[in-house]
Amino acid sequence: MTIESREASGQDTRSHFKETTYLEAIREAMWEEMKTDPAVFIMGEDVGAYGGAFKVTEGFLDEFGSSRVIDTPISEAAIVGAAIGVAHMGFKPIVEMQFIDFIAPAFDMIVNFAAKVRYRTGVGASLVIRGPCGGGAHSGPFHSQNVESYFANVAGLKMVAPATARDAKGLLRAAIRDPDPVLYFEHKFLYRRVKEMLPTDEEILVPLGVARTHRTGSDLTVVTYGAMVHKAADAAERIAEEDGAQIEILDLRTLRPLDSEAIIQSVRRTGRVLIVHEAPRFGGFAGEITAQLCEEAFEFLDAPIRRVTALDTPIPYSPPLEDYYLPQTDDIVKASRWLLAY
Amino acid sequence: MASLTREELRDLYRHLLLTRGLEERLERLFKQGQIVGGLYRSLGQEATAVGSAFALGDDDWLAPSIRDMGALLVRGLHPREMLLQYMAREGSLCGGKDNTTHFTIPELGLLGPISPLGTQLCVLNGVALAFRLRGEPRVCMTYLGDGASRTGASHEGLNFAAVQRLPVIVILEHNRWAFATRSEREAAVEDWVDVAAAYGVPAASVDGNDVLAVYDAAREAVERARRGEGMTLIVAETYRMIGHAQHDPQHYVPKEELLEWRGRDPLARFQSYLLESGFESRAALAVVKEGVRTLLDTAVDDALAALMPEPEEALAGTFAGDAAAVPWTRRTHVYPDLAHSAMPS
Repeated sequence: MTIESREASGQDTRSHFKETTYLEAIREAMWEEMKTDPAVFIMGEDVGAYGGAFKVTEGFLDEFGSSRVIDTPISEAAIVGAAIGVAHMGFKPIVEMQFIDFIAPAFDMIVNFAAKVRYRTGVGASLVIRGPCGGGAHSGPFHSQNVESYFANVAGLKMVAPATARDAKGLLRAAIRDPDPVLYFEHKFLYRRVKEMLPTDEEILVPLGVARTHRTGSDLTVVTYGAMVHKAADAAERIAEEDGAQIEILDLRTLRPLDSEAIIQSVRRTGRVLIVHEAPRFGGFAGEITAQLCEEAFEFLDAPIRRVTALDTPIPYSPPLEDYYLPQTDDIVKASRWLLAY
Repeated sequence: MASLTREELRDLYRHLLLTRGLEERLERLFKQGQIVGGLYRSLGQEATAVGSAFALGDDDWLAPSIRDMGALLVRGLHPREMLLQYMAREGSLCGGKDNTTHFTIPELGLLGPISPLGTQLCVLNGVALAFRLRGEPRVCMTYLGDGASRTGASHEGLNFAAVQRLPVIVILEHNRWAFATRSEREAAVEDWVDVAAAYGVPAASVDGNDVLAVYDAAREAVERARRGEGMTLIVAETYRMIGHAQHDPQHYVPKEELLEWRGRDPLARFQSYLLESGFESRAALAVVKEGVRTLLDTAVDDALAALMPEPEEALAGTFAGDAAAVPWTRRTHVYPDLAHSAMPS
């Protein structure tokens, strides 16, 4: 119901809010889309009876039945393949990767079939592949990865990495409605740690391809996404308190299509930029963003472009090793101070 | 034994002729430099594709392999479309963006494969899933070569179709060669029909060079799938009588083996059957041949007259609605309003 129609009907125009976790936001987006669009359904490993490894789809089987919540064999290529075919026929499948690391067995289906099918044949595939990414939960090399760079060089894919509950909900809804394949990376560290008051009586829809200013500032731009938005915010608060400088944080939200213009405009204003991501450094998104800034904002820069990223190693298991591997708030503070002093 | 009408038998013959004739024209065009990429013929195994596709209804779907020209023609593809596709011309099925049988035409129930093998089975499973979700009695058919059936995607796709009891018919074309590797080095089974046991599905083995035997086996499987009884695997025993593609002189194939299989040529066999059984006269078959020749003559002339695509077409169509989009790579500068970045264009 729109505000106008509520006013016309004399109803309370104040929004109702409910505390919602990042995980609940993902659930709600799928639940609401499945309620309103019979073409939307879920496929994946243990998504039905068990409710998903992280319980994201708990209760879906009871509500929607086994034809719309399909437990599959452990066959990531077959699952993604079936999603492409069923999408050709007008359905809007949501595929869950139990951990986003397991997207690797489906790589061929994604990069060679899903990504290229519209370009080659004119017949598109509206589908979402979502799954828990990221480290910090001490899950070792195969349950902690960030895979966006694997797909960054493939035309035909959209990629989303929300940092907030609101964006988790709004971006997933937009991804489900998008006519092309969308990879949706949900950060497992944020699932139950991020909680926000979200309106219950308004549709949250966040368009793909539009970055969000998480914090405004005039001295330095931090370009980041996913769980690193929160570490960057902690760093910015510390810098503001201890150094008196104001950091602007740009949360990319969508990685492809990349909101290049938002990045360029912010950096042209602040003149300094730090790019932070949880994926390894070599060949990461920071490299592409750096290149774009060199092409479009070089003469506005007052300092070299710097990156804070994970190490160029696999993700280790033991907590001290993993903590060392992952970018930390201290790393962002240190790099920010270096840039501000330059 | 197939219960086909005389008209249907003639149609089968016509499609066998058309398949071989079209591939012969393509080979000639290849030698004239008119084919842009590789050319993959189905010489010797035409009956497998034609006979199986003949068992489908108009509303069903089919995903060919690269060597199933006959199945495409049975589904209603015009030879001119195939010529334009191989010649990479403007207005071809992939608009010049992809080659061979890689096109998808929903109106004809055709799903294009891609080069990594077995993947089209996984995607076709989704089409079959859509039929089941909508409660439609439609079925899907696809092909795997003996080599293609060994990929992970093939195993996953076969298993997925079996577990989900999808209305899918898989024709395993045992044509003895995967490029230059013998099928004995692709799988350790003696009888390829045994692979079906791993998926718990019914299977049949059939003489792939006998178009009526292929049709019979396919029809039974199609009916089973339509009744909701799930997937069937059909192993068609056949032989690839030509190299993998035009560049391959097939020197690795023993001559006596080729001679032996030449005696089982599917087109000659069916022609003899029609004549000896009295279904057709030589004069009637001559009329069919003449019709096919005229059709192909015109198709080749039309295709040769078609233009090549405009270079900028390369930009269009990656995403929905981006036909006119100019990507980052082609911009000389992004912010022409700012003097500092204005470059001579």
